[in-house]
Amino acid sequence: MTPPRRKRRRPQPVASPPPPSPEPASGPDKPGNPERLYTIAGSADGARAELDLVTLIVARSAPPPSASPEEAAVLRLCAAPLSLAELSAYLQLPFSAMTVVITKLITTELVQARAPIVRQAVADRSLLEAVMHGLQKL
Amino acid sequence: MDFKSSDTIPGPRTEDHLPHTAQAAVKIVIVGGFGVGKTTMVGSVSEIRPLTTEETMTQAGIGVDDNYGSDSKTATTVAMDFGRISITDKLVLYLFGTPGQERFWFLWNGLFEGALGAVVLVDTRRLEVSFDVMGRLEERGVPFVVAVNSFPDGPRYPVEELRTALDLAPDIPIMECDVRRRASSKDVLMTLMRFLHSLALSGALI
Repeated sequence: MTPPRRKRRRPQPVASPPPPSPEPASGPDKPGNPERLYTIAGSADGARAELDLVTLIVARSAPPPSASPEEAAVLRLCAAPLSLAELSAYLQLPFSAMTVVITKLITTELVQARAPIVRQAVADRSLLEAVMHGLQKL
Repeated sequence: MDFKSSDTIPGPRTEDHLPHTAQAAVKIVIVGGFGVGKTTMVGSVSEIRPLTTEETMTQAGIGVDDNYGSDSKTATTVAMDFGRISITDKLVLYLFGTPGQERFWFLWNGLFEGALGAVVLVDTRRLEVSFDVMGRLEERGVPFVVAVNSFPDGPRYPVEELRTALDLAPDIPIMECDVRRRASSKDVLMTLMRFLHSLALSGALI
């Protein structure tokens, strides 16, 4: 029996990096804009921090009385570092809604965000070796 | 969503807390068709019970970052299971299992772009399901290895026959595995890491 066959593909020209977060159009919603399920409001200009699924979030302080329920929940959960993905899972909020909450908390300096290490043009061999060593211990 | 009582919010178990010294995280993506064993693989090596993050996708909202509102007719909730492995007291590895269809990928910013690499999990009963995924990874320059999850009722092909069928470059590792077993899943991850390391040594990692 012969398996089905695939044709290899070539790397495509590197797509130009996404433009630095364009300002979202302000003003009234365009007609037909679907009703939003989530009403978490971020900063007025809609700007979002550069957040990855595995950005680690750590609370800088206990929830202030002014914190929204979601913000208070994040601050309680992040007494120890937690990734954005874990926060999204525990709070059952979609990832994009989670980034809105976290952006506000970063802006108000209630949490610290620890950026992930991403794949580099020049790979960090010591990083790869550290991961290998850690996996060996499993 | 009721946040009134903090007691109602589930959080990590005490033993699942990361140390305060945790400075940064890296991620590896496990990609494959429905039912191929992505979540099983995540679960077999994860130090935490696998969790699920969701994103809501609408027809109109595809590719529009801030459009997470939804119309009940067209909204699709896409879920992604993930797990975690503490590498050192400073470094954490996250494993994400994601559906093979590319239209889901950009729901999560930088899912593949930032990942160290990917594992393409293949089911020999539905080999062609993984074809498009591999092509997309090649186009995007995401390094990957191929792991063939052995199902008892699936056809068995010699690995080299699979390499030919999948038209894999000679340096791309391909291996059989049983993702239910931690040791086997660990082998797959180690194979990916050794591959990434060899790419780094040869300067080929783009």
